[in-house]
Amino acid sequence: MDWGQILDTAAGELLSPVTAAYALAAIGIGVHFGYAGLLNFGQAGFMAIGAYGFVVPTLLFDFPVWAAFLTSIAASVLFAFLLGIPTLRLRADYLAIVTIASAEIVRYVVSTTGLTDVTGGAAGLSGFNGSFTALNPFADGIYGFGPWTFTANQLWIRVVGWSLVAIASVLVYLLMRSPWGRVVKGIREDEDAVRSLGKNVYAYKMQALVLGGVFGSLAGVIYVLPRAVQPANYGTTLTFFIWTMLLLGGAATIWGPIVGAMIFATLLTLSDGILRGLISADIITFISGTQAGQIRFMIIGAVLMLLVIFRPQGIFGNKKELSFNV
Amino acid sequence: MSDTIVTHPLVDGAVGPGCKKVDPIVVADGVTRTFGGLTAVDVAHVEIPRHAITALIGPNGAGKTTFFNLLTGFDKPNTGEWSFEGHSLARVPAFRVSRKGMVRTFQLTKSLGRLSVLQNMLLGATKQPGENLFTALIKPLWSKREQAITAKAEELLARFKLLEKSEDYAASLSGGQRKLLEMARALMSDPVLIMLDEPMAGVNPALTQSLLGHIKQLKSEGMSVLFVEHDMHMVRHISDWVIVMAEGKVVAEGPPDQVMNDPAVIDAYLGAHHDTDLGDMTGANPVIEAKEVAAQHAAKKEGAI
Repeated sequence: MDWGQILDTAAGELLSPVTAAYALAAIGIGVHFGYAGLLNFGQAGFMAIGAYGFVVPTLLFDFPVWAAFLTSIAASVLFAFLLGIPTLRLRADYLAIVTIASAEIVRYVVSTTGLTDVTGGAAGLSGFNGSFTALNPFADGIYGFGPWTFTANQLWIRVVGWSLVAIASVLVYLLMRSPWGRVVKGIREDEDAVRSLGKNVYAYKMQALVLGGVFGSLAGVIYVLPRAVQPANYGTTLTFFIWTMLLLGGAATIWGPIVGAMIFATLLTLSDGILRGLISADIITFISGTQAGQIRFMIIGAVLMLLVIFRPQGIFGNKKELSFNV
Repeated sequence: MSDTIVTHPLVDGAVGPGCKKVDPIVVADGVTRTFGGLTAVDVAHVEIPRHAITALIGPNGAGKTTFFNLLTGFDKPNTGEWSFEGHSLARVPAFRVSRKGMVRTFQLTKSLGRLSVLQNMLLGATKQPGENLFTALIKPLWSKREQAITAKAEELLARFKLLEKSEDYAASLSGGQRKLLEMARALMSDPVLIMLDEPMAGVNPALTQSLLGHIKQLKSEGMSVLFVEHDMHMVRHISDWVIVMAEGKVVAEGPPDQVMNDPAVIDAYLGAHHDTDLGDMTGANPVIEAKEVAAQHAAKKEGAI
């Protein structure tokens, strides 16, 4: 059993583009749930919309990278309006139902065989990364040290991914200290009270839904850039992973989603490495390597339950804030 | 009651249900609201006087709060029109009603628990450019207005004795303090008409006195006040005008001491309050009078059948 190797892989996960994508998506539902009180259980849908919104125009119409980013954002804005217009006037639970259902609809639509020419069907799409790699400003070579040793292309995607995370975080920070953030947080507490003070609650909820959705779609782009698009990835599991990361870090915080995503991704890799290591060293004999892949989710589930019971506000959340029954 | 025509300085003509006011701030016509087969509100005509404290009273289920919700845009009527300072406000969304200067509070207080008391107050302010998604990003565009409204909020908090709590979460306040906060928050926008839904409900007697004081002060600052209350005791002390609703209709209105003696009012209250004191009304023994009215009413009913 090679502890060095296991720790190396886990530490490498800290800065991986997948972690950046998770963090970005978690910032998105942080805006939705943590600040505005919107229950979006369809963040995977926003990520899928973002991914396909980027990949399809690139492959079909040879869109340059910037234009593909724009179509991805535009598609998620449209999706947010589609979800928000009928549901945001209703009680919060309706949005939850509609988002969870529409994320599944998106996944089924992109995997239908009828659309294979456009979306690649169940097999997904690949070979769209060329134009992004071509923009790489870093010269060929090896960068970094220890577990964070990257090739030029690996470095490029990480720089872009984490820059987006940084931009999103700064944006959220600026908004939430502003009067706009105050109105949105007020809506989380009590819509009618905010309405009685002359604020157009519906418009604010829509703005928050769009903003978080755009972060979700950018997360989708970062998620697929180093690999291929696989519709099977955008199931409800992905949404709930992101929820877990958000709650782990603290919902209405700036650092919460980022650190939550880092811890989650690292733990997932670490537990996988340890379990597989123990199995190959014949210390654990009663489970197979494939079973280990599933068992780590159980372990993480148990850890998270303990966390939610003993630290419900997450790592960065304010305990005082949760001590009221509001 | 005598047949002589009663007049009052607020009223243009004779006093009676739906009477014309000299200077009305709200005029409502034919407002109805039904829930299934139940007609909750059926107000033919009512006018609310300006620069006065008007109480909207009535027994439980009289439709006071529903009428209140309709006027403030929190519910939509089946039929009806009403105007506020001459502008029609029927079917206008709640936030626009509030922006026009008609600000309400709620029967069950709606303090925003996980915001600080000060932030609650600042939310009440208007014309804060930073509430726009794009200007919010650039602090210099809104920090000046923020300073102005913070100063105003602190002044109001001091008046309502909440200043030392300004950094606490609103959820940590007591029930009475939340009522005060809600009233103070409504004042942040300098409303023309402030609508209080049962401001005294669930508040201890000492705080009730201070709430009554605050309501009187609103009037002296030139605001008009309309408040809902189902307890007649409270109403007598502070209101200039009382409108009585029962079963969705305006059954009586007038100055408080007169309304208390109106048989229609006693009648309206009898069902719900038959075992409680109706308040120490001046003049004849209210209980005996009420019994007489009830007997007359019963006789009339029998005659009709």
